[in-house]
Amino acid sequence: MRRSALLVLAALTVADWSAGPARAGEIPPAERRSGFDTMSPDIQAMQRDGMANPALLWLEDGADLWAKAPAPDRPACAGCHGEAGLAMRGVATRYPAWDAASAAPIDLQGRVNACRRRHQGAEPYPYESRELLGLTAYVAAQSAGLPITVPDDSRLGAARAAGRALFTQRMGQLGLSCAACHDDHPGRRLGAAAIPQGHPTGYPLYRLEWQGVGSVQRRLRNCMTGMRAEPFGYGAPEFVALERYLMDRAAPLAIETPAVRP
Amino acid sequence: MRRRLYWLWIGCAVLAARVEAGEEAEPGAERLRPVAIVDGAIPASLTGVPGDPARGRALVVDRTKGLCLLCHAGPFPEERFTGNLGPALDGIGDRLAPGALRLRLVDGRVLNPDTIMPSYYSLAGTTRVGAAWRDRPVLEPQEIEDIVAFLATLRDTPSERPAP
Ligand code: HEC
Ligand code: HEC
Ligand code: HEC
Repeated sequence: MRRSALLVLAALTVADWSAGPARAGEIPPAERRSGFDTMSPDIQAMQRDGMANPALLWLEDGADLWAKAPAPDRPACAGCHGEAGLAMRGVATRYPAWDAASAAPIDLQGRVNACRRRHQGAEPYPYESRELLGLTAYVAAQSAGLPITVPDDSRLGAARAAGRALFTQRMGQLGLSCAACHDDHPGRRLGAAAIPQGHPTGYPLYRLEWQGVGSVQRRLRNCMTGMRAEPFGYGAPEFVALERYLMDRAAPLAIETPAVRP
Repeated sequence: MRRRLYWLWIGCAVLAARVEAGEEAEPGAERLRPVAIVDGAIPASLTGVPGDPARGRALVVDRTKGLCLLCHAGPFPEERFTGNLGPALDGIGDRLAPGALRLRLVDGRVLNPDTIMPSYYSLAGTTRVGAAWRDRPVLEPQEIEDIVAFLATLRDTPSERPAP
């Protein structure tokens, strides 16, 4: 009897814990800062100076693929879309977006692969392949300097809510939430690393630790592994939902693809 | 005076939560030893074996095991790049008794439900734990005892500083 009362008490407490900690809350738009701002000056210079940015190699591959037909009888990206600088300008500022064909939100790399499948009759590129990263970075770079926007599309509502819930809930063996670091403690240090606000402004980007270019999903997998959580698979709807929420919470920061990060 | 004494059997807490949700009990939870919390402390050793401060120090500075220095600075002159999410551990042995240190490590959520410090000896409320870490606490009970023994040696009072 006494024991069962205690169990109920414990159960209530557990329910509270998994709901996630009370929080400082979302960062207001005027206080949003890119991870660029807290990087060391030499890494900032690497990103700023076109010639020193290692991601440019991936970008060049992307430009080649944009112009190249996947097979003699199949149109190149440029065959339908024309010049990327015109056709793709601003696109990355409003992704993930609703994809009517699959009736689901789709992120930018998902869109690139959808065009390959639907419009080029070609196999989708594997996640984190040089081709997919290069093309996605090339498309995103056409929006460099433009502010991230919050699409006014009610069909994205469920993904936004799911993304926010994932961002604020405790997960993994260490019981941390994304928000515990990126909403509540940006500017503090986790070991040697300065905790950024966690905005996906620069992806795909070159990360020194990776010695290469990676997608935002690779970055999120890194954070989840640090939390000792089971990362979502590449392309998982949970990742697209998180990306949607992250873009909402990053607006109106500017797209900075291809960025460089430590 | 608020004299509360209750038993928090962390394994049972998980069990109860799961049973209410109509799920299986978290496997591994029954492996955790029952822990008695008395007035914001766990007075009794988790193992009955005295902690080893030298092993405790090694765990504290190990960034893949104790993880403490990701968030805390402290009297670790050889360690650069300590984090600052939590307070420095200098002199913590003056401020907190071993029982309070033990509870802080076992499950700091009992002291502060919103804490971001990991609960080192609890499986309660965890979700989506990575495959490599599933069904086990962050630290084993004797490791907790070693760390408690080490933290208790961190004194500001010079006379009580342990011999180098
Ligand atoms: C046969 C024509 C065709 C080809 C080839 C093609 N696309 Fe598309 N693309 C479209 C159409 C049509 C849409 C509109 C959405 C849809 O129907 O899928 C689109 C949409 C897009 C969008 C989203 C634009 C927006 O405003 O939301 C991007 C990005 C894109 N394509 C990139 C590419 C890339 C990269 C390639 C080459 C790998 C490519 N496309 C090849 C026809 C094409
Ligand atoms: C324990 C603290 C911590 C937690 C929890 C955490 N992160 Fe991070 N995150 C970091 C740190 C530190 C960096 C920067 C790493 C670096 O640059 O070396 C980072 C980087 C990022 C970035 C890249 C920002 C940029 O400028 O490119 C994003 C996006 C991000 N995190 C999202 C998330 C999401 C989503 C979660 C939850 C699934 C999460 N993080 C959980 C600490 C954390
Ligand atoms: C993810 C960050 C994090 C990690 C990892 C962490 N702590 Fe903490 N710790 C905190 C925070 C934040 C506090 C402040 C109290 C609170 O928020 O509950 C704290 C509080 C404490 C306190 C109480 C300090 C006081 O002055 O009352 C002790 C003792 C402590 N931690 C020891 C440790 C030890 C030992 C480890 C490693 C086994 C550790 N912590 C790992 C974040 C952390």
